[in-house]
Amino acid sequence: MARLFARIRTIAAAFGLLIMVIGPASSPLSAQVDPNASAVQEQQLLNQLKTIQGLGTIPDTKSYVLEHPAGRDWQYFHNVTLRWIAGIAILGFFALIVIFYLVRGSVKLESGFSGRKIVRFNWFERFVHWMTAVCFIILGISGLNITFGRPLLLPLIGPDQFTAWSEWAKYAHNYLSFPFTLGVILIALMWLAGNIPNRTDVEWLRQGGGIIGDKHPAADRFNAGQKAVYWVVVLGGAAVAVTGYMLMFPFYGTAIDTMQRAEMVHGVAAACFIAFMLGHIYIGTLGMQGAFEAMGEGTVDVNWAKEHHSLWLAKEMERESKPVRPVPAE
Amino acid sequence: MARMKFLCDADRCIECNACVTACKNENEVPWGINRRRVVTLNDGKPGERSISMACMHCTDAPCAAVCPVNCFYTTADAVVLHSKDLCIGCGYCFYACPFGAPQYPRVGNFGSRGKMDKCTYCAGGPEPDGSRAQFEKYGANRLAEGKLPLCAEMCSTKSLLAGDGEVIAQIYKERVSRRGYGSGAWGWQTAYGATIAT
Ligand code: SF4
Ligand code: SF4
Repeated sequence: MARLFARIRTIAAAFGLLIMVIGPASSPLSAQVDPNASAVQEQQLLNQLKTIQGLGTIPDTKSYVLEHPAGRDWQYFHNVTLRWIAGIAILGFFALIVIFYLVRGSVKLESGFSGRKIVRFNWFERFVHWMTAVCFIILGISGLNITFGRPLLLPLIGPDQFTAWSEWAKYAHNYLSFPFTLGVILIALMWLAGNIPNRTDVEWLRQGGGIIGDKHPAADRFNAGQKAVYWVVVLGGAAVAVTGYMLMFPFYGTAIDTMQRAEMVHGVAAACFIAFMLGHIYIGTLGMQGAFEAMGEGTVDVNWAKEHHSLWLAKEMERESKPVRPVPAE
Repeated sequence: MARMKFLCDADRCIECNACVTACKNENEVPWGINRRRVVTLNDGKPGERSISMACMHCTDAPCAAVCPVNCFYTTADAVVLHSKDLCIGCGYCFYACPFGAPQYPRVGNFGSRGKMDKCTYCAGGPEPDGSRAQFEKYGANRLAEGKLPLCAEMCSTKSLLAGDGEVIAQIYKERVSRRGYGSGAWGWQTAYGATIAT
C-alpha cells in the first residue's frame, strides 16, 4: 500500500514537472496576458502633454522630466528665426539711418548759435543716462555675441580666443544687468512726467517732427520722438530685464519651457531695442546739430531750444524771469 | 563605423538604479551631477514603467546646434562629446536638449553655472585617449578600450542596451516578437528621428 502511494506520488510529481516544463510554452493562456495592456506609451504621452514627467530617486527633481521634444523647436527658433529677426531689425534699421543721413543730412540749427545757454539735464539725469547707456552698449554687444558670434566672430579668431572673450562677455552681461536695470527704473521715474503723450505730439507728428521737412513743430521738454524713445527704453528695458533674470536664476519658479520662452522674448525684445536705439544714437550725435550737448554738458543753446522745444523754453524763461520774491524798494 | 545608440527596454527595467550608480563610479562624476537617471512613469499604478535615461547622442544634436561657442563634436561612432575648455556655461544646451542631459556643477548660482557635464557614452573628451586630463574632466574612456558604456554592460536585466543602433534595434525587435509586447524604444523618435518598428 505504501509503495503504491509512493509510486502515485512519483508519477504525480513527474507529471507536475512535465506541466511546469512544457506548460507555459504550450498554454494558450499566457499569450492572452498582455502585461503591456495598460502600460504608458511614449507617443500617447507626448500627444497629451508635450513633455513626459515621472518620478525619480535622486535629489535633483528637475531630472524627473524624461523627455521634452520642444527643445528641437527652441533650437530652430534660436538658430534660424531669431537670427533672421535680429538681423533684419538691426541691419535694416541701420541701412535706413544711413540712407536717411545721405538724403536729409544733419538737421542744422537754422538761426545759428546764440551763445546763450540754458540747462537741459542736470548732473544726476546725465549720470543716470550715461550709466544706462554704457551698460546698454556692453549688454548689446555681449548679447549679440551669443547669437551671432559663432557664425561671424568664431571663424575669425579661433575657438580658444572666442571662448575667452565669450566668457568675459557673459560675465559682463550678467553683472552689468544690475546697473542697467537700476538705470531703467530711474529713467522711468525721473522722466515720466515729461513723457505722457498729449495733443502736442499729434501736431508734432503731423509735421514730420521737423526732421522730415523743414518745419519746427512746437514741442515741450520731450517731443513725440523722444517720448517714443522713453517708452521703448522703459518697456523694452522691463522686458529684457524680467526675461533676463529668469534666465540668470534658472529653476527659480521656472521650468524648462518657461526658460525657453523667456529666451525667445529676451532675444526678440533685445534685437528691436538695439535697432531702435541706433536711431536714438544717430539723432543724438550725427543727426542733429546741437543735440549732443544736452546730454554731454547738460546745457543747450537757447536758439536750439527755440527751434526744437519751444514750449519748454517758454516755460523755462518764464520761471527764470519771475523773481523768487519781489524786492521791496528801500 | 558603428552608429552608437542607447535603448532602454522599459518592460525589463526594474528601477534598481544600478546604471546610475555604475556611471557615477566609473566616471567619478562630480557631486550633485547625475549623467544617468531612472524615471518612473505611473509610479505605483497599473502599467508603471521605468526608463533609464541619459544623453541619447542625438542625430543632428540640438545641444551642438545652439552652443554659442561651438564646443560640441560628434565622433566617428556618432557619439556627441564636448570640450570643457571651450564651454562657457551659458546653459543653452540645457534649454535645447530634449532629454535634460546637460548638467552644471552650480545650477542656479547667478548664471555662472560652471562647465557643462553630460554623459560621454564612456568615450571621454577631446584630450588624448586614456590620458589623466581626459579622465579628470570627462571620466572613463571605455570605448577606446573596446568596451561599451558601463551602465549598459552591467544592467542586470539587460534592459539598458548600448551599441550599434542597428544591432540593438534587432535585439529589441526579437524580444518584442518573442514575448508579444513592448512599450517602444523610448526617446528614439525624438533623438534619432525614427523609432523601431516592431
Ligand atoms: S540628448 Fe541632449 S545632450 Fe545628448 S546629444 Fe541629444 S541634445 Fe545633446
Ligand atoms: S553650457 Fe557650454 S556646452 Fe552648453 S551651450 Fe553653453 S557653452 Fe555650449
